[in-house]
Amino acid sequence: MTKLAETVSHFPAGGQKMLQTVVRYLLMILLAFFMFGLILLIAGKDPLASYKDIFSSTLGSAYGFSEVIVSMIPMLLTALAVALPFRVGLINIGGEGQLFIGAAFATFAALTFPNLPAWLLLPLMALLGMLGGALWAFIPGYLKSIGLVNETITSLLLNSVAPKIIGFLILGFWHSPRDTVKTPSFVDAARLPTFFGTRIHLGLVFGLVLLVIFWYVMKYTRWGLEMRAIGSNSQAAKRNGIPLAKYLVIVMCLGGAIAGLAGMVQVSGFYGTLFPNFSMSMGFMGFMICWLAGGDPLGIILMAFVVSVIYSGGNLLQLTRGLPYSVINILLAFTLFIVLARPTFFKGKKS
Amino acid sequence: MTLLSILGVLSSAIFSGTSLLYTTLGEVIDERAGIVNLGLEGVLLVSASSGFAVTALSGNPYIGILVAMLAGGLMNMVLGYLVITRKANQLASGLALMFFGFGLSALIGKPYVSVKINSLSKFILPVIANLPLKYSSLFKFDLLIYLVIPVAIFVWWLLYRTRWGLGVRAVGENTDTAFASGRDPRRIRYQALFVGGMLAGLGAAHLSIVYTMNWAEGMTAGRGFIAVALVIFSKWHPLRAIVGALVFSGAVAFQLLLQASGVNISSNLLDTIPYILTLVVLIAWGGNRRHTAPAMLGRVYQGSE
Amino acid sequence: MPRSSHSQTAQIPLIAMRGITKAFPGVLANDAVDLEIFRSEIHALLGENGAGKSTLMKILYGFYRADAGQILLDGQPISIRSPHDARNVNIGMVFQDFTLIPAFSVAENIALFLPDLGAVLDLKEIHRRINELSQRYDLQVDPQAMVSQLSIGEQQKVEILKLLLADARLLILDEPTRVLAPHEVEALFRVLDGLRKDGFAVIFITHKLKEVLECADRITVLRGGRLAGTLPRSTADEEKLVALMFEKKLAGLQVSRQQVRDEAAPPLLELRGVETHGEGAETSLQAIDLKIYPGEIVGVAGVSGNGQKELGDIALGMGKCVRGSKILFGKDVTRLSIRKVRRSGVGFIPENPLTMAVAPFMTVLENMALTQTWRYARLGGMRMDWQSVKTDVDATIQQMGFSFSLYAPARSLSGGNLQRMVIVREMTHNPRLIIASYLTRGLDVQSTIAARQALVQARESGAGVLLISEDLEELFTLSDRLIVLYAGAIAGSFKPEETNVFEVGHLMTGSEGQNDKIS
Repeated sequence: MTKLAETVSHFPAGGQKMLQTVVRYLLMILLAFFMFGLILLIAGKDPLASYKDIFSSTLGSAYGFSEVIVSMIPMLLTALAVALPFRVGLINIGGEGQLFIGAAFATFAALTFPNLPAWLLLPLMALLGMLGGALWAFIPGYLKSIGLVNETITSLLLNSVAPKIIGFLILGFWHSPRDTVKTPSFVDAARLPTFFGTRIHLGLVFGLVLLVIFWYVMKYTRWGLEMRAIGSNSQAAKRNGIPLAKYLVIVMCLGGAIAGLAGMVQVSGFYGTLFPNFSMSMGFMGFMICWLAGGDPLGIILMAFVVSVIYSGGNLLQLTRGLPYSVINILLAFTLFIVLARPTFFKGKKS
Repeated sequence: MTLLSILGVLSSAIFSGTSLLYTTLGEVIDERAGIVNLGLEGVLLVSASSGFAVTALSGNPYIGILVAMLAGGLMNMVLGYLVITRKANQLASGLALMFFGFGLSALIGKPYVSVKINSLSKFILPVIANLPLKYSSLFKFDLLIYLVIPVAIFVWWLLYRTRWGLGVRAVGENTDTAFASGRDPRRIRYQALFVGGMLAGLGAAHLSIVYTMNWAEGMTAGRGFIAVALVIFSKWHPLRAIVGALVFSGAVAFQLLLQASGVNISSNLLDTIPYILTLVVLIAWGGNRRHTAPAMLGRVYQGSE
Repeated sequence: MPRSSHSQTAQIPLIAMRGITKAFPGVLANDAVDLEIFRSEIHALLGENGAGKSTLMKILYGFYRADAGQILLDGQPISIRSPHDARNVNIGMVFQDFTLIPAFSVAENIALFLPDLGAVLDLKEIHRRINELSQRYDLQVDPQAMVSQLSIGEQQKVEILKLLLADARLLILDEPTRVLAPHEVEALFRVLDGLRKDGFAVIFITHKLKEVLECADRITVLRGGRLAGTLPRSTADEEKLVALMFEKKLAGLQVSRQQVRDEAAPPLLELRGVETHGEGAETSLQAIDLKIYPGEIVGVAGVSGNGQKELGDIALGMGKCVRGSKILFGKDVTRLSIRKVRRSGVGFIPENPLTMAVAPFMTVLENMALTQTWRYARLGGMRMDWQSVKTDVDATIQQMGFSFSLYAPARSLSGGNLQRMVIVREMTHNPRLIIASYLTRGLDVQSTIAARQALVQARESGAGVLLISEDLEELFTLSDRLIVLYAGAIAGSFKPEETNVFEVGHLMTGSEGQNDKIS
């Protein structure tokens, strides 16, 4: 049984334990910020001023905050795409690929049916997005269930294939007249509506609703019970009559569908177009967030928030401090490293 | 399709594939010890940027290459610390390392974007020089390219003909048995990671110092993942990796050749060939025991390591 | 065949274990056991499962440390704290699960354990040394062959060569013939004979009488953790050995057994010519013909590892029949899913609850519902009716007199409580057919009585029971019919009244019984 599943069973715990957990996470984040501050110093930048930039641009204004939320949206979905299969013991590292294929399917609808009204087109795009992601996840899921190849390897390979297919489609068929590296902008009907003049789009609702459904299903329903049984001891679950192979394939496809939906949400809600590298490693980021959160829905929301603050804040850092945007990845990585290294902080007590 | 054009494809494949081969050889050693490095992309970026930067600063590409190798080894040590000492999940740790590499390489490389450097000199082997110029000029390569096959053979020898290599492979097949034979699996894994990291760094050095003679953010463009796929395709064997690297890097060159012949296949689609091939090969081997990965890797892929 | 006649009183034993005692939670595995091994001797360590043979040898090999007692090497006390220490005094052990690396060649596997391996591998030299030894002791195997392509018998040769090349002088073999074909067993005995002649000492752990009598110089019998006796081959025979291995008397607990079985009714479960293919360490079932009628308990006796797990699994529907068919409640169910099998009224108590029946991270209550999720699902599966689960289960718990928390995570339960939990779960819905493996393992006296009572009651209300057990007393008192499982096949079948412990013991250990009445 993996350590991650153990963590899941503890989270959230009662009263005092919860406090200890929160403090622990705070300390870890502080440590990461400290280490990044050192890097900034070495690079000749003022760490405190940089941090001020990060926080003021994200938490200091309503618009900044809304940008953080916008950034969170795909992460919620891609993290869930990993969390669900994980409950039955499957490692879905194929989110990147599923994201791309889902986006491609959705783009196909947007470009082929530009005259449909939004209330028809958007659900169609969403469904196709999920279908695309599910198909891309079916391949590794099926191969695993017949015992041929491990799903992690297949997913990794397919991750690399998907962006190439998108590149091919755009270059070959879908490119806009003036620009060969992206599709024409989607019509309004193909765009997810946004809220209150920010860029926060309906995808947020998808993400939150799905997370709530996930939480409910796992906790209260019969399928959640059976899935947890598989994740806890798959051989015992099989002997107890739970149809193992069926669950493995179906759940893997569901995970893919959610990642595919993330793809649709990004091209429809955020970008309004499809271009070859639109994923920005969102699929992998979802994997990391799920891992850090122990697969717990609330944890996913929290970790996605933290990561988004870091990413959004990095924007300002680039503008004001002259650092390449990518440098913010160092802060992110430090956070990840520290959580992965599981420091104890409290006298010898390990979580 | 003339001989000239075919040789041209070959030359191109050798030129771009050398870096890939070094990287793959490094990853072969790591995976033989039972560790998958999903952060290879980040390792390559840090090595490429630091090697390039030092070359620009010192004016000496050889120093740059050494620095790149060291950087690769050190990056892998980070992975080692997380995975071996802290017992963190390999996949998650690798990805974290990847993000780290994105950021660190951007920081290191920023002042050196588009800076001109002294690269390695290129020369033609005496044997080839006897051929007509139009052929021999295709094979004007640098030292690292000439060394790559000897290095591949050396890696093979290291893994299969030395006591250390036997231990590395034993750790990757069955850590308990390796331990029972009196070895320290943790120490062996650290050693494998460092050697593997140096080789990866060497590949990255060739990329930035010789192949492109430039640094740009994200320039490795997925080579880390290509190497991971190539390791699988080569069945974790250093000598087969030579062929694999040629095939993988030949795809792009091949596309140019096809284009020249009037056949126009999207380079994107051609780029997928290596991965699809690997997948097909994996499915074909199926449950065949001869072709399975080092046994301990299976646990990584199941999430229990 | 004359055995070497060394006078043992004059010689100092190579290894002497004196007064070895080892306790694990809940069981005294070794109780003041003495054992002596001499050079040029093949010594058999005989006993049923749980007699303590494996534990004793694992202490000798350094896996465990004895709570009390001494180990002497050539008369001098030594301390063996790890397998490393054991190997340093030239003791080697071949386990039931081989520790070979399948992807390595024979030579590489052996090289891994060579104490004097050079930094650069001299494969030629290693091959030569392997060939030299393999010729000498009839352990022919190709040094360049990949282990995954070798048969089990050949792999065993490699394991032995590994020990020899690492300079072992005492070889311990744990149940070496369990997975060998008859001709491979003969080959192994020839090898051991050759080793003995060259001064090696060999201990082999077994429960098979015939082999012991064919091969060993001296035989030590353990029973219930204690030394039952040590005797030379010359004075040993099957009768004596069986008497030492099994308790002489039967406890007086006789459950009144009236014929409840309905002669006219069709069997609940019927296995016709069922064969399975075991992978690796699993046992293949051969030509199993079995019928269980309503109102009867069919007991299955045998030493663990002779097909019990496979029989239970195949009755449940786990694993495939290579041949033969399975008929449940009158319908052919050879390919039916486990869920449907269970749904038609089959209960299953497996031999190892923690790995085979329980989800360790879920609560006990949740575990209780796992086999009957359909029954407790409401609103099409959107909710689970935990109240009903609790009610049903509480009733059974009360009835059996058990007590454990329903809300604790299952893995926090003791082994005994896990077993109780599984028993409650399986019996709660009055199954028509119960497959019970090692039902009372780890249970105290009261729970044992309660569990057996439950089976008897089920029988009386017309259910059929397949009771797989190692406890002969339990089998004799509860079964209406008794079969013996040996090497994956049914070695005998009778009514308990028609036989006795010794005859069954004979069959369990592979020797022929005196009479075979099949009913």
